[in-house]
Amino acid sequence: MLSRLHRIEQPVQLTFEGVVIQAERGDMLATALLAAGIDHFRQSVVSGSPRAPYCLMGVCFECLVTVDGAQNRQACLIEVEDGMTVLSQKGAPTIPELATSEEGMVP
Amino acid sequence: MSLREVSTASDLRDFYDVIVIGAGPAGMAAAVESSSAGARVAVLDENPRPGGQIYREITRNRPERRTYLGPDYWKGKPLAEAFGHSTVDYAPRAAVWSLESRDETVAQTRNVVGVTVAGSARMIEADAVVLATGAQERPMPVPGWTLPGVMTAGAAQIALKAAGAMPSGTVVLAGCGPLLYLLASQLIDAGVSGLTVLDTAQSPFRVGVLRHIPDFMLSPYVLKGIGLLVKVRRHANVFSGVNSIEITGANQVEGVKFSAAGKEQTIPTSAVLLHQGVIPSTSLTNAAGCELKWNDEQRAFQPVADHEGRTSKAGIFVAGDGAEIAGAQAAEVSGRITALAALSDSGLVSITAAAARLTTLHTQARRFLRGRAFLDALYSPRQVFLAPRDPETIVCRCEEITVRKLREAIALGPPGPNQLKTFVRCGMGQCQGRLCAATVTEIMAEEKKVSPSDVGTYRIRSPVKPVRLAELAHLPHTPRALKAVTGRDPVDHDIKKKSGHIT
Repeated sequence: MLSRLHRIEQPVQLTFEGVVIQAERGDMLATALLAAGIDHFRQSVVSGSPRAPYCLMGVCFECLVTVDGAQNRQACLIEVEDGMTVLSQKGAPTIPELATSEEGMVP
Repeated sequence: MSLREVSTASDLRDFYDVIVIGAGPAGMAAAVESSSAGARVAVLDENPRPGGQIYREITRNRPERRTYLGPDYWKGKPLAEAFGHSTVDYAPRAAVWSLESRDETVAQTRNVVGVTVAGSARMIEADAVVLATGAQERPMPVPGWTLPGVMTAGAAQIALKAAGAMPSGTVVLAGCGPLLYLLASQLIDAGVSGLTVLDTAQSPFRVGVLRHIPDFMLSPYVLKGIGLLVKVRRHANVFSGVNSIEITGANQVEGVKFSAAGKEQTIPTSAVLLHQGVIPSTSLTNAAGCELKWNDEQRAFQPVADHEGRTSKAGIFVAGDGAEIAGAQAAEVSGRITALAALSDSGLVSITAAAARLTTLHTQARRFLRGRAFLDALYSPRQVFLAPRDPETIVCRCEEITVRKLREAIALGPPGPNQLKTFVRCGMGQCQGRLCAATVTEIMAEEKKVSPSDVGTYRIRSPVKPVRLAELAHLPHTPRALKAVTGRDPVDHDIKKKSGHIT
């Protein structure tokens, strides 16, 4: 939903759901995604309704995304980095495999 | 001399004279003041660079590239430079998730701060902790406010300051307060393609407002305020007296339906920016056990504190908008006052040495507080936007708790927001009540026909920011904590571990 008023001077390249995105060095991830035309960041954990950043300052937790495998990162508080892999979060998180694997079993 | 940037948790010391939390105007000023008096100071801040929200990216932005931000923004530059030349340990990108007091002796209390830097957690201690956590925007729950395309006015301003980015296409700015018109002016200067302002402010012709006019006329805000109003009215489509707002759209904002002067209209837009004033951010203050009190003029809870920032907990101070809403310039002075009070309390500066400077600072503070009562009264939000009546409006965005559900649960008689929370889960989501607390208190006060002061607010518990279990597990543990978890004395535990008999 955002447009940049200035050209990107020091480009940083990352991906959101596999789509390559250009950002400016020093950008916060949330702003960079909005400026790249990503309007839906995640689906809410209760009803699955689409959500996007609301406050951009760490208060609302609407911008939660998975960054390089780590869930529930606040995109408005993380700076963009080259090669960053960002995924949308769809509904309530599940504990993959771990819960049923032997490693994850509590003796 | 210059500040030492700390990029890993292990680079922080175990102990500081003063730990400042937040690097906005209050935090930077507190740090500069206390470090120049010779104290060992750490500043912990969530963002990558100093400035807080008001002076966001002040160290990187250049006036010629960001002309649309306006002159007040650049007032942060000298302070940010002084902060850059101070001798503090500055930890940016740091999440502070707990603060608790530990009584060393009867006379001495140490405050322990739980912080995560670069993925590792650490507990550090200080005689004095200055909470300069700033403000957040008061929630403005209207139908459709969870739709993508809706942000706060503050968020749009952050995007302008930090990335030189603004909403694409036409913009609807809705609500009330000085920031609404400041942002409107900035968007106009940045070349917004179409701007509609839905002003929800109540009539200014109220006794509570008019009696503050003489004081406001003497304040530094008069000319600026009038200039903004004139400019915005000339360049934007302004509707006054708006008393109902509904944001429409299926998966994205498509329009806004509103009523003003008894007439209902709908305008298409893809971006809505909401704002109805700012309130102190009190998550950490609340979690630290500091007493809060209701400020009826500002309609918000704020920490109980004396005029030098001392809270109800020994060694914990509050400064700036996190103490009481007064704006950036007042926050800077407040940071300095609080730092001096903290240092004189812990004996690092003599009371007589601090006294003269404190007198000067208190005089400055009074100047910046001038006109505030008028602004608070003028922009006191309408009841319908504080405690929405539309039953389907979501109040708690995380758990998706509606007005209907809250009002029904309140009718069952829970005594306060904490019990209400266990009834319906409002405030139990990822934002930990930051975005519904104010509304829940207002709705409960309305339903019970009492003051918000009697209703109270959520009791917040640490960790107030997300922290991974692995980080907590890696913290050093006391023998008592080990026994509580393992059921054995730490000594036995160690012996068994060495001989390999863990069962």
